[in-house]
Amino acid sequence: MIRLKDVEMEYDNGTKAIRGISLTIEDGEFVFLVGPSGSGKSTIIKLLTGEVEPCAGRIMINGFSVSNISDRQIPLMRRTLGVIFQDFRLIEKKTVYDNLAFVMRAVGAAPKQIRERIPYVLDLVGLADKADSYPTELSGGEQQRVAIARALVNNPDTIIADEPTGNLDPERSLELMGLLVRINELGTTVVVVTHEKDLVDHFGKRVITIDSGHVINDSVGGYVGGHIHG
Amino acid sequence: MAKHDFQYFAHEGLSNMFSHGFMSFAAVGITVACLLIMGTFTLVALNANQLLRDLEQENEILAYVDDSYDGTQARALQKKLQSIPNVASATFISKEEAMETFKAQYPDETLFQDLDPEILRDRYAIKIADLRQQKQTVEQVRAVEGVAKVNAYEEIAGGFITVRNVATVVCVALIAILFVVSVFIISNTIKLTTFDRREEIAIMRMVGATNGFIRWPFVYEGFLFGILGAAVAFLLQWGLYEAVAQGVANNDTLQLISVIPFTEMWIPVAVSFAAAGVIIGVGGSLSAIRKFLQV
Repeated sequence: MIRLKDVEMEYDNGTKAIRGISLTIEDGEFVFLVGPSGSGKSTIIKLLTGEVEPCAGRIMINGFSVSNISDRQIPLMRRTLGVIFQDFRLIEKKTVYDNLAFVMRAVGAAPKQIRERIPYVLDLVGLADKADSYPTELSGGEQQRVAIARALVNNPDTIIADEPTGNLDPERSLELMGLLVRINELGTTVVVVTHEKDLVDHFGKRVITIDSGHVINDSVGGYVGGHIHG
Repeated sequence: MAKHDFQYFAHEGLSNMFSHGFMSFAAVGITVACLLIMGTFTLVALNANQLLRDLEQENEILAYVDDSYDGTQARALQKKLQSIPNVASATFISKEEAMETFKAQYPDETLFQDLDPEILRDRYAIKIADLRQQKQTVEQVRAVEGVAKVNAYEEIAGGFITVRNVATVVCVALIAILFVVSVFIISNTIKLTTFDRREEIAIMRMVGATNGFIRWPFVYEGFLFGILGAAVAFLLQWGLYEAVAQGVANNDTLQLISVIPFTEMWIPVAVSFAAAGVIIGVGGSLSAIRKFLQV
């Protein structure tokens, strides 16, 4: 479960990115986080992944209190999350299999676990036959599916996707979002940051709209509110 | 650490090392240079120390007894001399014994064979414990009533002490300077590796790898630089030492100096080189990786 209570965040340069946000995302939910550029969406992601600390308020993620988390606990908290980026962030000199094995090793998985888990996850994202390919040999949609597989491979409680369809055409975007919905149906909480109104409307999930560091709308069924700009 | 983790760190460390060939070569090279210079000065200091010890054992001060003292009075001085601190032993040599020794040195000189022992003085051959305090000891011997004259080779002792002191100071200064230089170069080499792999490090942090897990391959790389540098430096040091020892043995003047055989001290030398190499390598890598691990 993710819970933000009166969270405020101001960067060192004086920019106030988040102004008293409170929200709760229950286990197993699928949530779209939408809003115009500079609205504070990316800051929320950074707060959730422990990259930045809030100036005020409390943040709880999957049992960890991020507001006063110790350095030793941060890796443990991050293991409960799977993060997907717009630019995929795959390691180009490693094969698809090795990209996944790499993050499993990083959390101390044994070779046997790695051998068993990776084929299952690649099959789930429809890339069972691409294990030995390098990222540069794959299309954008396939690369993003590898990124999803990588986020899933350590079996996190929550997947956080930051503009996952930003570099994909509409068909691939729809396909990818469908995949995230399927992952959600298997029990994983999914938080998707996006500015694609059509996608948001198509899936009819909970939508939290952020603007100028405030939550201006939190409802189910589609985008409500002002214009969303990339 | 699990076995599979160790294999992973070893593999990553080794591949990091080969991915920046020239800088790795520079890092190992500077470690070799550092250890070699450090080792050479230490070995010179060790040999000077050994020579000093030999000299302490062989060096004798001759204290001549006043002419007015008869044999019994002269022998009575032994207790006084032996009670002086830093006197290891005081051996009485009578005029007659001294004359016999003198004659023995010139068996072919008939002119010396009929000399009267009375022209010589009774004397004490004094061995001292610590050569560095020879001057004070000589003064104390000279101050004993009944001692007429003291002969001591203070310049030789002083020379060796100077060599040892200079070698020690230069050695410590060079070790400190080269140590810092080596750590700096290794640190920069590993910074290149970390910069090259910053994406991987960012991903590892994002998925919840501990700082220890991220750090280990770089520490292993630094360890490899250090241990490789130590091995090469040890072999070069051995060769250099043997060549110098051979040169000393073949030189008419220098052959009086006894050089400690390398085989007698290879274990401490190897252990010291390995320890210094590992400290330089691991220290350099830890300093390089530090800023990448800030959460």
